Amino acid sequence: MVDVTERAKQLREVAYYPGCALEGSGNGYDVSTRAIAHNLGLKLRDVKDWNCCGAMEVKNIDPKIQTYLSSRVLSQAVNATRNNVVMAPCNGCYHNLKKAEYDLAHDQNSRDVVEKISAKAGHKTYEAGQAETIHALDWIKETIGEEGLRERTKGKLAGLKIANYYGCMYVRPRHIFPEKDQGPGSESTSKPHFMDDLLAAAGAENVEFPLKTACCGGAHTLSDSDMSTKLVLNILQAAEANGAEVIATECPTCHSGLEMHQIRAEKRFGKKTNVRILYFTQLLGLALGIGPRKLGIHTNISESIPFLVEKGLT
Amino acid sequence: MPIHEKSLIRPENITTHDDLVIEGVDVSGHWSTFIETRVIADYNEAMEEEIAALPGGENIHRCWQCGSCTNSCTVHAIEPRFNPRYWIYLIRTGMESELLRDKDLIWQCVSCNKCTYACPRDVVPEGVMKATAHWLEMKGHVPESPSMIFDKIFTEQIVEHGRIEDTKVLMQFLKRTNQPLMQDWLKQIVMNIAARLPVKWGLKSAWSFVFHPRTRGWKKAGAALQDYIIEVEQHHKAALGAGTSNAASNDNPPQRKLHAAE
Ligand code: SF4
Ligand code: SF4
Repeated sequence: MVDVTERAKQLREVAYYPGCALEGSGNGYDVSTRAIAHNLGLKLRDVKDWNCCGAMEVKNIDPKIQTYLSSRVLSQAVNATRNNVVMAPCNGCYHNLKKAEYDLAHDQNSRDVVEKISAKAGHKTYEAGQAETIHALDWIKETIGEEGLRERTKGKLAGLKIANYYGCMYVRPRHIFPEKDQGPGSESTSKPHFMDDLLAAAGAENVEFPLKTACCGGAHTLSDSDMSTKLVLNILQAAEANGAEVIATECPTCHSGLEMHQIRAEKRFGKKTNVRILYFTQLLGLALGIGPRKLGIHTNISESIPFLVEKGLT
Repeated sequence: MPIHEKSLIRPENITTHDDLVIEGVDVSGHWSTFIETRVIADYNEAMEEEIAALPGGENIHRCWQCGSCTNSCTVHAIEPRFNPRYWIYLIRTGMESELLRDKDLIWQCVSCNKCTYACPRDVVPEGVMKATAHWLEMKGHVPESPSMIFDKIFTEQIVEHGRIEDTKVLMQFLKRTNQPLMQDWLKQIVMNIAARLPVKWGLKSAWSFVFHPRTRGWKKAGAALQDYIIEVEQHHKAALGAGTSNAASNDNPPQRKLHAAE
């Protein structure tokens, strides 16, 4: 059994891997993650000279290119940043680092390829077990926790109806997340609840939402737009039907997919939905009393500031 | 081999008879369905092995046809002809011409891995879909899919810079697939943001657009990756009998970019 306070202390300073999306279209996620870290007294040390993890695309050329790319990020964290807990807020990055960890621990061929490319690239080969990858949800949950949030937010999100949307990469495939589905206290891959827990601790009312882990079609958001629009529309309409005013997201790809296809659904299929889309870190930031601009809410495509003003959250 | 597939009962295989009496019973019209007898003589016996040799296809032999993948599939719910279980069946029985009827659908898999989650045999149907889409392209049955074009642009940018810049990927993708840049919905998105954003943000995006974000000290890693990509591409071709079988161990591969045709 891990000592909870020891663990919380360890996670107060983590290697932070923002990834490409958080530097571009998902900038609001990066800004709000840094803002709440600052507010909560948690230290983020950017992984030095990080590279792309391979996202959803590279594996289709060859999966081991992705294994290498992710392993280099982990190697940079361990060897150049000197921190062996890597926190990745993007589901895609989180998933890929976890997958690389699993493959390196279980497949000799993956180890051989990574070793060969690392040697040519001139850096230390990452070996399975040297680092641990966690999601931004784990990070807040294990450092501050629900109790801590309750104290700090004083239920500020009370009356806000939220549908929590986790997406695919946070839970599937199950085998790359050995710490999940371990009974009480651990995250579930069929009905994830960490985001629900944190937002509830901040006072929000989580609505019943059966599409928590449905797919938004993010992999083909541009190459098969009609498919993505239909999948997103399903998610938006289900959230609205269950009374949600806001969809909370934890991934830049899901987030911008929902935002873009909300507009596209209206333009192409005449289906308008009004549910707002916010990163869970933006919601927690509001609950902690941080201003919307400092949380990058004005850089979201989905317009939610007038609504937040109306709710008395800014 | 018997085929119990509803999807084989297609309009062109169903016949009705206006005037047919069998053993004294009148079976004319629609009350009874007759299906044309089919003879399949063109099994492609190499197909399963070839797809299994491409990344993702490794576990196809494990499938026991339970149908959990299709049942749980995101795309199947929207496009009922998208049927991973059926395609795995066709591949394993070598029924290439049947598979080719669906050749324009297979690339649509969105990699949600619901099938992988549901599969009791660890087939990783998501991987099989990717391998099959890859195989169809390599064999020339289909042109490069928009998804593959996207993946290649993406990978090229990583090999070159270590990181990607999303606006740049978007623009290159629209260009290579001959789509207009200013589609109504994209325009709306740009307008939404522009109306609210401070000038500083616009400048920042313009900056990262001109000066592509890059990883410091990436040159050697990029070159090592490019070598590896050339190696695996030759390997895949060899698996399909289109290249030399010892290409994978070639130490001096010809220098070329990932997207050779450009
Ligand atoms: S779920 Fe697995 S075993 Fe069942 S049909 Fe699909 S691939 Fe085959
Ligand atoms: S990964 Fe592809 S085949 Fe599997 S359930 Fe998702 S869309 Fe269907």
